[in-house]
Amino acid sequence: MNLQINSKGEYNMKKAKATLAVLLSTSLLFGCTQKKEETKPADDNAKEASASKLDDVSTEYREYAIGEIEEFVNATEEFTTAVSSGDIEKAKEAYAPARMHYERAEPIAEVFGDLDPKIDARKGDVKDAEWGGYHRIEMGLWEENTTKGYEKYADQLMSDVNLLRAKVETVEVTPDLLITGAVDLLNEVSTSKVTGEEDRYSHTDLYDFVANVEGAEKIYELLTPALKEKDPKLAAEIQKRFDDVYGLLEKHKEGNGYISYTDLKESEVKELSQAIDALAEPLSQIGIVTEES
Amino acid sequence: MKENTPKDETGIFTKKVSRRNILKTAGVGGIGVAIGASGFGGLLTLSDQKAKGQTKDIVPFYGAHQAGITTEAQDNLYFASLEVTTDNRSELIQLFKDWTEAAAQMTAGDLIGEASLNTNMPPKDTGEAKELSPSNLTITFGVGPTLFSKDGKDRFGLKSKRPAELKDLPKFPLDALEEEWSGGDICIQACADDLQVAFHAVRNLVRIGRGKTIIHWAQTGFQRTKQADSQKTTPRNLFGFKDGTANPDKNNNSEMNEHVWVKADDGPDWLIGGSYMVVRRIQMYIEVWDRTILKEQENTFGRHRDSGAPLGMKNEFDSADLEAKDPNGNRIIPKDSHMSLSRGDGKAKILRRPYSYADGMDPKTGSFNAGLLFICFQRNPSKQFIPIQERLAKNDKLNEYIVHKGSAMFACLPGVKKGGYIGDSLFG
Repeated sequence: MNLQINSKGEYNMKKAKATLAVLLSTSLLFGCTQKKEETKPADDNAKEASASKLDDVSTEYREYAIGEIEEFVNATEEFTTAVSSGDIEKAKEAYAPARMHYERAEPIAEVFGDLDPKIDARKGDVKDAEWGGYHRIEMGLWEENTTKGYEKYADQLMSDVNLLRAKVETVEVTPDLLITGAVDLLNEVSTSKVTGEEDRYSHTDLYDFVANVEGAEKIYELLTPALKEKDPKLAAEIQKRFDDVYGLLEKHKEGNGYISYTDLKESEVKELSQAIDALAEPLSQIGIVTEES
Repeated sequence: MKENTPKDETGIFTKKVSRRNILKTAGVGGIGVAIGASGFGGLLTLSDQKAKGQTKDIVPFYGAHQAGITTEAQDNLYFASLEVTTDNRSELIQLFKDWTEAAAQMTAGDLIGEASLNTNMPPKDTGEAKELSPSNLTITFGVGPTLFSKDGKDRFGLKSKRPAELKDLPKFPLDALEEEWSGGDICIQACADDLQVAFHAVRNLVRIGRGKTIIHWAQTGFQRTKQADSQKTTPRNLFGFKDGTANPDKNNNSEMNEHVWVKADDGPDWLIGGSYMVVRRIQMYIEVWDRTILKEQENTFGRHRDSGAPLGMKNEFDSADLEAKDPNGNRIIPKDSHMSLSRGDGKAKILRRPYSYADGMDPKTGSFNAGLLFICFQRNPSKQFIPIQERLAKNDKLNEYIVHKGSAMFACLPGVKKGGYIGDSLFG
């Protein structure tokens, strides 16, 4: 699911470029170690116009996504090191939590149509000869129960993820991207997580599931002030539906993580799927924040 | 200049579009004048929705009774049984209000809601019925026993309002009911002469209910189309037989009052003018039937296949003599034939409104997964459907060729007046 952010209208492009310019200058100053606080625009000015408010939201989201990608880099390093050093248990442990960072930031990560498949393709998504990334290694770990022969995939994955980190600086975040991104995250859940196809060897789909929901919630949170102004009832309804989904997910927690997807009963999968639909429906109305009032 | 747009207080479809947005879009003087003359809501309705100018295939939504019961059966059905997931009474009431508004719009052939100008939001109406004629669409709402109480719990303060007649049907001999085809808190029966129109109706109502209801089960149904049978003869079922010949006369008010509409003394007042709907999903063993000799087929139904006439008679509507014997002293119409048992003493009548279904192949057996979604309406199930089905379940020859997989009962609410909403007598 690729987000066509480059095909947005002229108006949004201009706004996005302005945002980008500010961000680029900041990131040049602070490099990759920038902290969230440092890129936050001054809060006190330019808050009146809703358009510029939405720009602020885009900026904040960009920081969030970059933060997640940064953590993704670190977690991937841990994962790939374990694979390269033949520590299969550690690799298995690191797999699902690492992916959560990627899944949270998916609207941004997927923008890079060349890197996304290298990192996240499942068997059959690409030609077998080109297939690498997380799921390739997942197959080795869980199906073949080995790390042997997977070192090269680990190396390649690490370099792809580093490249992603570098490229993500160039991404243009627009309000439109956020509005479509929030629902797209849930659509991801509806179309692949809920069927258990995403992590077909490790069955850690619930981690990805949770991360997608969290990624959508982040966008919702950022848009909440604007949304409350337009339609407080809608904002309250969305919050309630998020709570419902988290309530269901809570039941499937195990230790610090989640139970295997294969341990879910058919009725529980259906219940989760319907809760996602119930959430995504009102969430699809958040575009109301772009209306002039 | 800030336009004061009222927030959503009345319902999801009556939300006003801001004046500025409309002006921006209209952008032409002529339309500006139209705004002045007709108001904002009117403008969109006028320009976007009323272009068809067709009225001949509209069944009125508002009335003393719900449409879709005595309405001449349309070509297609989409039926959905829903579960209510909210536990909030006022949310449920609001849902019925929203449904009423949407159903009235759809049955009139209109799109739901007003056209939105915001391309950052999904359209209110899913759009697949746009430009299609109203197709005699009817939408009929019913409530199941579990809406009143479930697992002993009074869900919406309705427990005391449940009519004694509204309960799970008894288990009949040979029933092979599956939970996934049975029961439900609310049903929506959408019938139309076009399946896309019927599906659109249920899809949009389910969408409006998202977060408050979920689909429990759903079924499409068909019968021969009016186009294919301009003589409007009795439809044939998938076994090739005419069934349902002896329905009470829908055009006869006193017969309908006698057999179909709930009356003042029948139970709680809120259901006066409503009706009890029984739904049975009956799988038919098509392959088995197809290798059954004609004589056996005819003895099973008690009718001649070609004419639909009772055995021993010439024409479909000839009256059946259930006692008639052949020269050897055997009954001409077997006692265990479907017709003979359905009729009984002839006093209990139900208004049958069934549709066939064909859901592809049964993956387990490779056989057709096809049959009948049997739907009937009545005033009093324990005096009407239940005794009839008891006779059939015990002795019907047809049982060799069918199996009842699904079962549900709903109280179809009385009709609604303009300004009211479906269920207002129950919740009010």
